Amino acid sequence: MNTPIKGKVAGQYVPLVDGIEKVTGRAIYTADMESEDCLIGRILRSPVSHGRIISVDTSKAEALPGVVAVVTGDDSDKTYGVIPIAMNEYPMARDKVRYRGEPIAAVCAIDAATAAAALELIEVEIEELPAYYRPADSRAEGAELLHDNKPNNIEREVSNEFGDVAAGFANSALIREAVFDCAEVNHAQMEPHAALAEYDVERDRLTLHSVTQVPFYVHLMLARCLDMDTSRIRVIKPFVGGGFGARTEALNFEMITALLARKCGGKVMMRMSREETFITHRGRPDTEVRLKIGLSETGKILAVDCEAVMAGGGYAGYGLVTILYAGALLQGIYDTPAVKYHGYRVYTNTPPCGAMRGHGTVDVRHAFECLLDRMARELGLDPFAVRRANLLYAPMRTANELMVNSYGLAECLDEVEKASGWKQRLGKLPPGRGIGMACSHYVSGAAKPVHWTGEPHAVVAMKLDFDGSVTVLTGASDIGQGSSTIVAMAAAEILGIDIGRVRVVANDSAITPKDNGSYSSRVTFMVGNAAIEAAKELSRKLREAAAQKLDADPADIECEGEVFSVRGSQQSSLNFQEVAFAALALEGTINVKGTFRTPPEAQGGKHRGGAVGSTMGFSYAAQVVEVDVDLDTGRIKVEKVWAALDCGFAINRLAVEGQIEGSVWMGMGQAMSEETRYQDGLPVHANFLDYRMPTIVDTPDIEVFIVESNDPLGPFGAKEAGEGALSGFPPAVVNAVANAIGLDVDFLPLTPDRVMDALIKARREAKKKKKVSA
Amino acid sequence: MKRMISLTINGKRYDDAIADNLLLIDYLRDVRKLTGAKRGCDGGECGACSVLVDKKPHLSCITLAAMCDGAEIETIEGQAKQGKLTPLQRSFHENLGAQCGYCTPGMIMTAEALLRENPDPDEDQIKAALGGNLCRCTGFIKIVKSVQVAAKEMQ
Repeated sequence: MNTPIKGKVAGQYVPLVDGIEKVTGRAIYTADMESEDCLIGRILRSPVSHGRIISVDTSKAEALPGVVAVVTGDDSDKTYGVIPIAMNEYPMARDKVRYRGEPIAAVCAIDAATAAAALELIEVEIEELPAYYRPADSRAEGAELLHDNKPNNIEREVSNEFGDVAAGFANSALIREAVFDCAEVNHAQMEPHAALAEYDVERDRLTLHSVTQVPFYVHLMLARCLDMDTSRIRVIKPFVGGGFGARTEALNFEMITALLARKCGGKVMMRMSREETFITHRGRPDTEVRLKIGLSETGKILAVDCEAVMAGGGYAGYGLVTILYAGALLQGIYDTPAVKYHGYRVYTNTPPCGAMRGHGTVDVRHAFECLLDRMARELGLDPFAVRRANLLYAPMRTANELMVNSYGLAECLDEVEKASGWKQRLGKLPPGRGIGMACSHYVSGAAKPVHWTGEPHAVVAMKLDFDGSVTVLTGASDIGQGSSTIVAMAAAEILGIDIGRVRVVANDSAITPKDNGSYSSRVTFMVGNAAIEAAKELSRKLREAAAQKLDADPADIECEGEVFSVRGSQQSSLNFQEVAFAALALEGTINVKGTFRTPPEAQGGKHRGGAVGSTMGFSYAAQVVEVDVDLDTGRIKVEKVWAALDCGFAINRLAVEGQIEGSVWMGMGQAMSEETRYQDGLPVHANFLDYRMPTIVDTPDIEVFIVESNDPLGPFGAKEAGEGALSGFPPAVVNAVANAIGLDVDFLPLTPDRVMDALIKARREAKKKKKVSA
Repeated sequence: MKRMISLTINGKRYDDAIADNLLLIDYLRDVRKLTGAKRGCDGGECGACSVLVDKKPHLSCITLAAMCDGAEIETIEGQAKQGKLTPLQRSFHENLGAQCGYCTPGMIMTAEALLRENPDPDEDQIKAALGGNLCRCTGFIKIVKSVQVAAKEMQ
């Protein structure tokens, strides 16, 4: 394995370039932008889960003093959605409502109290239809269709097979099958949704500030739903308080706020409550995974057969990508010669699901790692040994044509095995204590974006001007993960300058280049590479100017620590300012750009849906989790986590550590306590007391190990670091519980009530068995 | 009904006529234009709105402004003096105790109250003090570290 080249900046611990604003309270988020001239927007939501809209009468609301505008489904007849072939949602419902809480109308008024009073005055008549909350019910014969064009309420069925699965099972020494139930979870980013829209009547121009991860998609959907030319729209992303996938799609409130602003001819602030933020959802769907694995005597994976059924909610959203991801990423981590997958994305009368950190892979990876562990036990193999028996190598292509160019999973396994004292401690822990492990992986950016336009995947512009500062313009959305810092670091590293000389301007469609936004862990890889290319171009211009002044060959000019000199010469040197002036004298303000395109070989197989899962490089992770199980209460305490992740190269070690810790912890939330719950379609979890994410008190020590496999296409060798470790936690903790008390659990989350039920059931079965054998 | 309140915010005195039912967070954000305290939930669940009232951390989203008559309020905006970060602010910045930053003002204010009362807290004491402050990004590891480093710095 190559040793990555560490630079003066790349590979260091670098605090976020926008961190000072965050610790001083100066960071301005969308909701902080409310001003005296703002009208206040509010949304009226459906009281029923499924129904036909008979009438919406807004006349009384419009007559209420202080109300400036009211909009309904009649104000936009254009559907929106993130997948061009699956846009089936209106900003506000038109013909039908399909989940409780779906927007029906909205008002803007002089203040919040008036807006709330106006909502009460809107009269809605809905003919209720049967509602379905479980896939089995919506798929049942004779069930009312949520969408007319989707028989059996199946939004997307996926079926594929790679390799000879029948032969693989026929050759297997051990075949096991199990069903895993994984509850629906939500991103629960700390910042509630908000949007600020301003419409300029005289110029027919719209400006929207929003909490989005992908301003570009919002821009497209605003143009579509408001029937405006994209040139008349400006989308700005201020500081964003987390995303985790919730905000990769354009969301209803963004279009609604814009429609209100246009109708009232002014400025509208829409601040949504936590409950509304939960209802807007787009989380990870409730998923049932039926999995069958065939192993050889030595633990080699010979065949995999997987069926996933997802309760997707009332609209398509990202659904078809989620169900495709779940199948595609069965591969790319181990040597899996034969894989069969059947997936059903099913409509249900609940808020639409979408992309969430580890999109599509988490529940399937959970099932895989749990079942593999159980089978290893049956074969008398150590959990580490069974994974090592199935390692991939790089470079290679998987059976479903995924490209693996770098692969550090073996090193990840070594790191956590050693650090956790696995060999010495396994089987020697006190009663109730256990250790378990699992592996996981994730893409470094989708090789094909959902809106395929043929443009480069990322463009970064760089400007050098009279003041000697380097301004980087990027459309990459920093949502706290540190993308602006990566861009600044790349510029400083390549140019050989202090990072303090670099300013990053991001996310204003009027100023910054188009970017596909922050999703699928694409930013470091794609935008990082584009930033490197732009910086190299700027560096070339500076070196040429320096060469002229120093009367040398540009190829011999080097710049380090802001000093330009001729390589191997004692000749006098120039400082950055001198060279910058020389370069500017030649052509004035210097504007350069760098782009990144994914190579065709990264774009997946030719089979239907083959683009999903395709990427330039996968991150790989292994983790060990230690638990303490209370047999009387079913309470599981996570004592410690050891997590190793191969991110290719850690450009910003501080941020990589933070991403690994944060993703492992988010996996812990899903595994231990988080779930959305609906009572007749009414969200009963929609607050931070009932939606139980771990607090600081519940959080164990997470020891992080960074593995650097030096990806050949990655920027400085880097791959993604923010998602790959998440999906390893749930199976590792389930495997640890099995190790601690001998109980295999098939559900998530591991809440004490569920664990207690499983324990009681297991005890009863053991008793029965005893009786039979007696 | 409106009433007069007199209080100090970050050392500056204000006399304002406010509605009886005005929440402290809305007074700070809408009247005083101090938007550092954040609203992350629908009432008392997340800690992002934490400010100090007479040196004790309070959730400004479930505190009436009227109850703060005569009080000394401290918010994140008043922490850095002449542009220089406090040890906690510096530590949260340098140790990545803040990722998206939305919980950070509340987190720092709560930690500030802890360190004033207990300059040398152990890990459990830090966790107990910050138990009501949610963060979705960091997994809390670097938040604990940020408080520990700041505590050392202040000694």
